[in-house]
Order: sequence, then C-alpha cells, then structure tokens
Amino acid sequence: MKITRLIALVAAISLLIGGLAVAGKDFDAVKKKGYLQAGVNGGVFGFGMPDAKGVWKGLDVDTARAIAAAIFGDADKVKFTPLTAQQRFTALQSGEIDVLTRNATRTLSRETQLGLNFVTVNYYDGQGFMVAKKLGVKSAKELDGATICVLPGTTTEQNVADYFRNNKIKWKPVVIESTTELAKTFFAGRCDVLTSDASQLAGARSVAPKPEDYVILPEIISKEPLAPVVRHGDDQFRDIVDFTVLAMINAEELGITSKNVDAMLKSKDPVVQRFLGVTAGNGAALGLDEKWAYNIVKQVGNYGEVFERNVGPNTTLGIERGLNALWTAGGLMYSPPFK
Amino acid sequence: MITGSNTDAAQMKPPLRNIGVIGWLRENLFNNLFNSLLTLVTIYGLWLFVPPLIRWVFIDSLWFSSAEACRDIEGACWSIIPNNVSFIFFGFFPEGQQWRPLTAMLLLFALVFYSKNRKHWRQSLAIYWLLGLIVMGGLMHGGVFGMPVVETAQWSGFPLTLMLALFGMVGAYPLGVLLALGRRSKLIGIKSLCVVYIELIRGVPLISLLFMSSVMFPLFLPEGVSFDKVLRAQVAIILFAAAYIAEVVRGGLQAIPAGQYEAANALGLSYAKTMRLIVLPQALKIVIPPSVGILISAFKDTSLVVIIALYDVLKTTKVTLSNPQWMGYSSEAYLFLAVLYFVCCYAMTSYSRRLEKELHAGH
Repeated sequence: MKITRLIALVAAISLLIGGLAVAGKDFDAVKKKGYLQAGVNGGVFGFGMPDAKGVWKGLDVDTARAIAAAIFGDADKVKFTPLTAQQRFTALQSGEIDVLTRNATRTLSRETQLGLNFVTVNYYDGQGFMVAKKLGVKSAKELDGATICVLPGTTTEQNVADYFRNNKIKWKPVVIESTTELAKTFFAGRCDVLTSDASQLAGARSVAPKPEDYVILPEIISKEPLAPVVRHGDDQFRDIVDFTVLAMINAEELGITSKNVDAMLKSKDPVVQRFLGVTAGNGAALGLDEKWAYNIVKQVGNYGEVFERNVGPNTTLGIERGLNALWTAGGLMYSPPFK
Repeated sequence: MITGSNTDAAQMKPPLRNIGVIGWLRENLFNNLFNSLLTLVTIYGLWLFVPPLIRWVFIDSLWFSSAEACRDIEGACWSIIPNNVSFIFFGFFPEGQQWRPLTAMLLLFALVFYSKNRKHWRQSLAIYWLLGLIVMGGLMHGGVFGMPVVETAQWSGFPLTLMLALFGMVGAYPLGVLLALGRRSKLIGIKSLCVVYIELIRGVPLISLLFMSSVMFPLFLPEGVSFDKVLRAQVAIILFAAAYIAEVVRGGLQAIPAGQYEAANALGLSYAKTMRLIVLPQALKIVIPPSVGILISAFKDTSLVVIIALYDVLKTTKVTLSNPQWMGYSSEAYLFLAVLYFVCCYAMTSYSRRLEKELHAGH
C-alpha cells in the first residue's frame, strides 16, 4: 500500500518534471482568473525589485506588465511572486505562476528537461570583470595570479574557473555569499577583480566611493540570454508572451513610443496600421483584442523606453545598450514582421 | 583614658586609599601585578575602540538625510532606516493602508503586556486573546468595514516576522506537549509514531522543511490548486518547533518523581486528570528555561523564510540594500536589525526569569 503510493508519487513527480502532466489551456486559466501571476526576482535593482514604497520596478517587471496589458488591456492586472533561484522553475512547473520574468538564462537543458519554453530574449547579459584602474590591466588575459571576488554556487563561479583554465591563468577565489557584501569587499581592496554579470557590475560600480577609479574589462566570458519563460503545453499562451516582447522591440523599430502612440494611430504607414490594430488581424490571430500592441506601448512603452527607464545610462545602473540595442544600431534586438 | 583613646581609634576613618573608588580600584583592578597589567591593556583596548565607535555612531553620522549626503561623511549613515522605514517594516503592504498592520502590532503588544501579569490569567484572558486575534486578522486581511483586501502574499516586514514567531510558538507548544506525552505512552502505536515524528523532524534542518513546503509540496497538488505560501511556511515552523518542544517537555516529565503518579493513581484520578492537574503543571514549570530557549531560537529562525522568498523584516532590509543608492550602508542596516531582534529576545528572557521566580514553589 505504502510502496504503491510512493511509486505513484515518484511517477507523478517525474511526469511533472518531464512536463507531460501539465495541462494546456494556461491562457484560458489566466483569462478566467482575471490577472497574470508573474514570478520575478526580488532583489536585483533595475530588473525586479520593490522600491521604498513596495512598488515593483524593473525591466522584467515591466515585461510582465506588458503581457498583462496585451491580455487584459490593463498593465496593472498582474501580481508578482518574488522567487529565489532555486524556486523559480518549480513555481512555474507547479502552476503557482503563469509566467517567469526573472532574469533566467535560456539553456538547452532547461528548455528540454525542465519542460519549459523560453521566448524572445529581453536582455542579453554576459559575465565580465571589473578591476581598479590603477592596476593598469587592459584585458582579462593579464589577470595572472589575481584574487577574484565571486558569488558561490552560481554559474558565475564555474565560468571563471573554465575561462582561466582554458587560458592557463592562475587565480585565487574570494567567495562571498551576498552581492552587496561582495561589492563592498572588492572596494575595500580585498580582491583585485570583481566578476559578475555585466549588468550587475555596472550597478556595483555606481556605488563605489569613486566610480571613476574602476574599469570593466572588455572580455565577456559567458553568454546569458535572459528571457521570459512559460511551461510546455499551451502554445497560444507561449505565442502571446513571445509576441509581447517582440511587440516592444517592434515598436521601437517603428519609432512608436508611449508618448506618440496616439498620434501614430493616424499614421498612413500600413505596417504601423497593422501593428497598432488599426488594420485588424494580428489580435484575432493571437486570440487577443486588436488593440493589444497599442495597449503595451501606451501603458508600458517600447523596449527602448523600458530599458532607459530601468537600467539605461540615466539611471543609477547606467548601462549602455550594447547587445541590447536594435539590430539597426549594432545590437541583437530584432523583431519579425507583424503581419 | 585608655578606653577614650580606643574610641578615638575606632572613630578614626580608614586610610583614603582603602575606601571609596580608590579602594575599590585597588581591591579589584590593581591587586597584583598581573591584574594591573590586564587592566591597563583593557583600558588601552577600550581607548582604541570606543571613541572611534562613538564618533562613527553619533558624532560623524547622519540620521535624516538623503543617500547622496551620506557619500561625503565618515560616520554611520542611519538615514537608510528613516528613508526606507515603511518598506523595511511593512514591505508590500499597500501605502496608505499601513496603519492597519501598525495597529495590529500595537494591539498584539498590548495583549502580550496585559498577559504578563499573572493576576490576569483568568478565563477572560482567553476571550480577550480570541477577540484580539479576530481584530488583528481583520486588520491585516481587510475586506470588512470598507478596508480593501490585502492578500497574505503582501503581508511582509515586521508583522510577518511577529506573526510567524507568535503563531509558531502558540501552535508548536500544545503539539509539543502532546508529542511528549505520546512518546511516554504505553501504547506502542502512539509511541512509535511520536518517536518517528520527533526524530525525523529533528534530523533535518528547518531550511529543508521550508524548502519541502514551498518547492516540493506544490508539485504534489493538482495544477491550479495552490496553498497559501505564508501558511505553508507557518506550518513548517510549527512542525519544526514542536519536535524540539516535545523533547524538552519529556525531560520535564521524567523529572517528576514516580510518587506523584502513584499518588494520583491512589486518588483514583484518570490519566487525563493526572496529567492536567498533577504532572504537567509541575513538569512545565521545570522546563521554562529550556522552553524559552526554544521559543527564542524559533523567533530568530523565522528569518530563514528568506530562502523561500517571503519578505520578513530581514529580507525587506536586504532588498533595501540591493538598491544601489543604499548598497554601501549594510552595517547600519544590520545593526539596526540586531537591536530590533535583541529587544524582542531580551523581553522574552527577562519575562521568563520573572515567571520562574513567581512560580517557584520552594522545593
């Protein structure tokens, strides 16, 4: 009796993890619920974090708002569940959340073994190095014998180890559990190098006693394409999430912003007309209101606006567009045609 | 005359160097070479350490400024607390509604304070608590008297810490007593069940229980069904603390001489009455110090809910520190938290000392 139960449980877990037992109709469930439940990071400034008043802010948070705007026509119909790195995928598999917008790196094993679908990337990150300017180091290859501050148990730690072994460079890790303490330790001079995702390095540098004394080296040693995630089983919902991200990029390509979107409704350009739903078609194809893309841009903004607002050069983080610029400006952000 | 001079000697004061402050110093701090050296080294150490600390904490510090102003000072930047006070204390509780958790907390303190006095331990106290809990629940959850509903997912900060700790203790204590009695039961089924439970729970860290409740448990449920996250953590804390309390209470039960049981039997008391009237009152009194120890550690353990992304007061502080503006002032924020935790824990220990004294029956 007990053993059969145990077997049943094990089978249930493996089915769930395999993604087979997950039912479709996620989209219907979301519509019925009346709001979107999004998993976010609770403590990364610029990506997903509550401000001093408890209001969620960040690039990932805005992406979730955009999805809500597309589905409900109201960017506020979203509830946020802060998740740790360990919880995030289980929360999605178990149906606790509908979509995960929590700087998750798309990898082959996550996509297949965890039974998840990553959609279009909303931020291209990569691991980099920061050093004090006075060391005179110009490249990571010159870091022989350096002590390096690194977070334990992340891919970050492994990436450094791999990179330095490949390049036959000796290094000594200084392992510290918390991001804030890590930065403090580095600025106190206890290690020569601070390594982390480039977006984090920018944030860390902004709090240095003298930010101009530190440089971020040009080498990016890992690829971290961060994308929203949904679970297997509902292609329609996957498409909606995917095209929400793409709509934000497309709006920037077309020069449509939250400020001029109303004026753009009168545009003669058939591409703009199709995009904003003046010419019907896209909305019905996705199973959404024809105004879905208009609502995203009007209430949340295009990708460029969201980037500038949360992480761009004028924020505390001060991150340049880089890989996250439009393809026309040398970046990787590229949207397929909306027709 | 001889007697007179004796009186003079008796009235004469002892030499100045043997009394007062100087006398005390000579007696205690400089009574031999080693102690004198030790005293000097300690004074030097304090001289090195204390003035800079006072400078850092009080003189060079800023209390109500912006983050930018803090960049230019050497001392502590306590401004991080007033600038973020509403998030640190109340987390996601919607702005403008934060008087609700505040009132609930004050009500809780008032109830605890009222219950401190043993004269108030009457049936009416239970009614007050019941009413208090209903009002507190109403305040936190809302939905009555025109207060908007605030879901448990938004309960965070200090009220969450207090709630997890208080209900953890209140829930765990009776369960622990039952487990202790069960472990001493002569019925083999009950006994082995209790032993297995206690050993199983004590054999794993609280973190693993919290993980089980937040990560594994939802996988067993049908899709779409999800239990409240706060409730899941609360249950995990209760289950965990109960196992420890059970062992402490069992220690108390074993300290009761067999004569007490025999006397109760001789009077013809039933098992329930023996326990309720004779054994447990004595046993629970004996175990006040270790029980309070467990309660205190349970209170501090609530901060572990950080790892399942519940925003207790430690997590809200950490989130504040993730903001680049305030990232550099972790020492100040953590010191503030340490004081907060210390005040709570010290209140518990001092109350338990008083209770021990009052309940001391003199045997």
